[in-house]
Amino acid sequence: MIEIEHLSKFFDETCVVDDVSMTIPGGALAVIVGTSGSGKTTLLRMINRLVEPSSGRILIDGKDISAIPPHELRRQIGYAIQGHGLFPHRTVGQNIATVPHLLGWDAAKVSARVEELLDLFQLDAAEFRDRYPSQLSGGQQQRVGVARALAAAPKLLLMDEPFGALDPIIRARAQEDLRQIQQRLGTTIVLVTHDMNEAIHLGDRIAVMDRAKLLQYDTPQEIVIRPATEFVGELLGSGERPFRLLSLQPLRPYIEPGEAPGAALDVDASLRDALEEALWSGRAAVPVRDGAGKTLGRVTLATAIRQAARPQ
Amino acid sequence: MTDNSTPLSSRHVIDRLGIVIFALAVAGLFCPFVLFRANRIVAGEARYALDALPGWPGYFLLAAVGTGAVLALLRLDSRLRLAVSFAALAILAVGLGWAVDSVTPAGDKISRTAPALGFWLELLAFGLLAADSVVRLGLKPLSRIALLIAVSVAIATILLSGIWSDLSVLREYANRADVFWREAATHIALALGSLVAAALVGLPLGIAIHPTKRLRAVVTGLLSAVQTIPSIALFGLLIAPLAWLAATVPAAAAIGIAGIGAAPAMLALFLYSLMPVVSNTLAGLDAVPPAANVAARGMGMTDAERLLQVQLPLAFPSILAAIRIVLVQNIGLATVAALIGGGGFGVFVFQGVGQTAMDLVLLGAVPTVALAFASAVILDAAVELVSVKGRT
Ligand SMILES: Nc1ncnc2c1ncn2[C@@H]1O[C@H](COP(=O)(O)OP(=O)(O)OP(=O)(O)O)[C@@H](O)[C@H]1O
Ligand SMILES: [Mg+2]
Repeated sequence: MIEIEHLSKFFDETCVVDDVSMTIPGGALAVIVGTSGSGKTTLLRMINRLVEPSSGRILIDGKDISAIPPHELRRQIGYAIQGHGLFPHRTVGQNIATVPHLLGWDAAKVSARVEELLDLFQLDAAEFRDRYPSQLSGGQQQRVGVARALAAAPKLLLMDEPFGALDPIIRARAQEDLRQIQQRLGTTIVLVTHDMNEAIHLGDRIAVMDRAKLLQYDTPQEIVIRPATEFVGELLGSGERPFRLLSLQPLRPYIEPGEAPGAALDVDASLRDALEEALWSGRAAVPVRDGAGKTLGRVTLATAIRQAARPQ
Repeated sequence: MTDNSTPLSSRHVIDRLGIVIFALAVAGLFCPFVLFRANRIVAGEARYALDALPGWPGYFLLAAVGTGAVLALLRLDSRLRLAVSFAALAILAVGLGWAVDSVTPAGDKISRTAPALGFWLELLAFGLLAADSVVRLGLKPLSRIALLIAVSVAIATILLSGIWSDLSVLREYANRADVFWREAATHIALALGSLVAAALVGLPLGIAIHPTKRLRAVVTGLLSAVQTIPSIALFGLLIAPLAWLAATVPAAAAIGIAGIGAAPAMLALFLYSLMPVVSNTLAGLDAVPPAANVAARGMGMTDAERLLQVQLPLAFPSILAAIRIVLVQNIGLATVAALIGGGGFGVFVFQGVGQTAMDLVLLGAVPTVALAFASAVILDAAVELVSVKGRT
């Protein structure tokens, strides 16, 4: 658990982070969204003491981090820097092995871990391990940067716009992988982005920042349904809000018995997928099946439309 | 109007630098090849190649040089041009040996025969051709070092074969072989010793002042002021304080510190070397990508770990470039050390100047230039080797 209490940061006279308080439960994925220059990176860097706060404090699992020597604190916290920050003179393998080396892991364990991570990020170990960062595409560099942050399997992971350079397909896969890693290992993640879609898709909690201030810190549902300020609403995109709300709702509770024509949707899909599928194929209802292919029932267009309305 | 349409217009066939090489080589053919003096002091008599090399060798030399000049003029494959230059240089080297041999009376030990303007022009022409071809070939660092070794072996072979033994410079050498090697060792010790000292002091100094703007300004300002002092003045300036030190501190005198000799020379070279080492260390550290520094800290490296694992490796090519500058500079500057009794190849240069004995000047100057050139080639290759991998 991370407790951020009345945290402020001034650079010279300008306030870059203004009295921010928020609590991130252990094992949660918190997303910080906001426009460029709103103080996201600065807030994130105060969590691993790359930036020292001007006032306020941060507790991790109840311990004030200002009492922990910075390098020891940072070795426990994974950090994926904005724009990868790979070491140009070290190979992909050596880059990923940075923290394990600092922690003194033995060579065999490091090597196995590097391979495992490259595999996870769909980079062929034989091909990429001995390349230098300059020999990678932007997206590959970014994946290596994230793999490096994960190397020592930290309990807490800070990620600064980790998926910015990825194309939509790889980005979706990377987000999915991150979700799975997080759920499997129980990692607490703080992720910075300026993409609201990403925030809603990934976040258990979303922190919206604007001009140094934390405007709202809430679950995605609450943010979509009840944006705290006009600016938060703007960030959500007013035309998109019903669809964002639907994308937060799984199909399962809305399955009703009955038949429907055409291709079936997977039960893991969201109401938004059902709406899109129904509208696009001109059907009033869409069949739903489970992972094994067994039909569970159907979801109607009417249900999706009803659920898209703002709850009162 | 000129006609550009014909594929064989002169600009397609003629190499531009080749015109210069051709002109030099042809001019050289009309100049004396060697200079004969009955002894060290009398004025010399010029001998043309055909006089010095009677019969077929003279004609062969002229034909070979002429052919080489024409080939240099043409746009040929760089490898072929390199081969032409090496062949011409080899023929000139052997030709010089024979010419000296034939103009020196049998059994004579006091006459002096030296290469004359014609030989130097040919050397310049084909040396230029060789250098140009090597550049155009774009050789890899290791191939350049291999080429340097091959050329050194070739020169050593010529020297050891004895075909040049009657050459005036080598007669001067033969008269003082012991001194030559002693001064060579002194020269190298001066150049390398001051370099090592400058690296040992300059590197930590650069690292220490890197984070502090004010300190950087002060130190670099001071060091560049030292650089602007002319070398002879600096050597001279150090005589007084070191003499004082030697006189007042017995221990200093005991370890060889004196107002004149190797100590002030070493100190002066060290001071000259400090600036390039410090400024390249700073430049190298400045060039470390900010993101790499933040990432290193963010992953929990201590300052020492970050310095050793990230900053220094990334600054290394720049630091090595400084080592190259300093070494080449010091090999040249160490000649001046002879003026204050510091020894080195400068001893021959200044003796030669004093006695107006050109051969003696060459005996000091040629090894100095060769040493500087070889260091430059080797360290350039090293800089390139460490720079290529992993650079963005
Ligand atoms: N070291 C610094 N010194 C002075 N000002 C700084 C420093 N670091 C950041 N700032 C300023 O603080 C403000 C917030 O910066 P920050 O990097 O936290 O923004 P951000 O929300 O991450 O933006 P982006 O989305 O563009 O990455 C900016 O106006 C920036 O110029
Ligand atoms: Mg940022």
